[in-house]
Amino acid sequence: MSKLILPSYLDQNEAVKDRFERMKKRPVTLQVKSLYKEFATPQGKVVALKDINFETYKREFVCVIGPSGCGKSTLIRILAGLETPTSGEVLLDGTAVTDPGPDRGMVFQGYTLFPWLTVKKNVMFGLEMSGHGNKNSEEQALQWIDLVGLSKFANAYPHQLSGGMKQRVAIARALANQPRILLMDEPFGALDAQTRAKMQNYLHEIWKNIDVTILFITHDLDEAIYLADRVLVLKAHPGEVQEVIEVSVPQPRSPEQLLSPEFLATKRRLEELIHPPEEEVGINEDKMNMVRMVDVDNEVESVF
Amino acid sequence: MFSKLFAVRKKLDSKQRVYFSILSFLVPMIIWSLISYVPYIWHPKVEVTDVGDVVYFSKGMLIDREAFDKEVEVASAAEKKLPQGFPANPVYLPAPHEVATALYSAFMTEPRRKNEKWLHESLWDSIQVIFWGFVISSIFGVPLGILAGTYDVFSRLFEPFVEFFRYLPAPAFGALAVAILGIHEAPKIAIIFIGTFFQQVLVVSNTTRKLDPALLEAAMTLGAKRLTLLFRVVIPGIVTHLFKDLRILLGWAWTYLIVAELIGTSSGITWFITQQARYKNFDNVYAAIIIIGIIGFTTDIVLAHIGRKIFPWEKGTAKA
Repeated sequence: MSKLILPSYLDQNEAVKDRFERMKKRPVTLQVKSLYKEFATPQGKVVALKDINFETYKREFVCVIGPSGCGKSTLIRILAGLETPTSGEVLLDGTAVTDPGPDRGMVFQGYTLFPWLTVKKNVMFGLEMSGHGNKNSEEQALQWIDLVGLSKFANAYPHQLSGGMKQRVAIARALANQPRILLMDEPFGALDAQTRAKMQNYLHEIWKNIDVTILFITHDLDEAIYLADRVLVLKAHPGEVQEVIEVSVPQPRSPEQLLSPEFLATKRRLEELIHPPEEEVGINEDKMNMVRMVDVDNEVESVF
Repeated sequence: MFSKLFAVRKKLDSKQRVYFSILSFLVPMIIWSLISYVPYIWHPKVEVTDVGDVVYFSKGMLIDREAFDKEVEVASAAEKKLPQGFPANPVYLPAPHEVATALYSAFMTEPRRKNEKWLHESLWDSIQVIFWGFVISSIFGVPLGILAGTYDVFSRLFEPFVEFFRYLPAPAFGALAVAILGIHEAPKIAIIFIGTFFQQVLVVSNTTRKLDPALLEAAMTLGAKRLTLLFRVVIPGIVTHLFKDLRILLGWAWTYLIVAELIGTSSGITWFITQQARYKNFDNVYAAIIIIGIIGFTTDIVLAHIGRKIFPWEKGTAKA
């Protein structure tokens, strides 16, 4: 990165500082206490997560970011109850999490809509599971579908929708259960850049209007800063919390802020954490051995 | 043109696809017609039209061409009357038009004996044997397969034995089936059952295992548990593939039919075929075989069509 003069990522203006102070007075939704996860592999034990501690406040938007292999996905799967930690505990509103349940909605990276159900029936699925009647579920489902702007497609099947639309339905489906927390595992990872930007704005709109805490996993630095109140930075081998960054970019967010000094300062900090300055040993092994493979008399002598 | 026709895994345009589908039936028909109608392609026999002075010839007799030529040589050397004849195929290869007429006349031919069955009655017997064998197999095989594909307990409990049993050839149980179930329909149904059931359990459990686990996880985060997972996610998730599996297995059931019908008292279409072969009505034999093909093929097309109707979400996934 060029030597732009940027403020410290820790500098917060009055409004931002005030907001964080108020946020921290809210009740804690999710609490993760000294969480460890080890996997047994043929090469021996691998520590995927080591001593993870953090908490999220009510209606907070937290992003988890880290290099590949830092155990982001393992972490969110443990929070969802899809995997069990080796030790430590996860508390949701003070109650320990052991199994998957409708109090924690989850949106996956891949498309997990049920292909045999229409959009409406997909959204109704969770409501029916929690014992709502057919009519009641349908009414609620239609409201959620309307919220994500897909009323026209209520009776369409998933294969008729675009990737972005599928993820919007997945969000509606998770929210229909009115979960305490919405867990999102790189939900926009498979989308093209434009759709992705649109989805980020949708998600923020939804978050503003609904009583839900969001924990969002991504490997995209811009996405993390743009969406989050706080960013939880993990490091790999073993997966540990490196830093919890309070994003100093004021809320509500808009695309113009992507070039604001606070944004760039935060991004520079994240880059330092995630792609640390190269160490001398071993790193060069990863370089390509480039040899000039162009004929001397090639029509285009140089691409520059 | 040429490179487009042989592009790896690229679909031909719809016109070409129809054209080649027709060709796939046309080519065997043309080969059959060539062998039947062009005199010197194959035709290893001579049909005698005039016996001449050869003592053992009779009119309409089929004789090997070499033997016929030898007799002609002998007769001409002895300056006797020469036998006449034209090239012909063996009796077991009737010409297409003969089989085509047999397709109709076989239904109209009265059985030689009073207690014997008409072709349509034999066919109906066969269809019933297939139907019951397949239905009984599916009633047990499909649920066991789904259980084995869903729960590891059942997978370990059923699959090793099933895996072993499927190598035992179904016809080997013929004598046993007759001893236990008598000589009529029951042992035949049992053979179809044995031939289908064990494959069915394995095929269905495999299909069940192919369900994307992410769908199950998504359902669990939405509050689905235990049996709801099975009935609301696993079963609807595999039902389209299950339907395709059953279509393929039904084809296998037909292959066991012929063996099954030879067990005990021979019956059904197999009885008709063996009987007609005994009378050397090979045109009827071919007609009967073709009818089996037509029934099987039509059932499959009808089932495929029904599948498209009852699984409206299939259209997208089928193409991919």
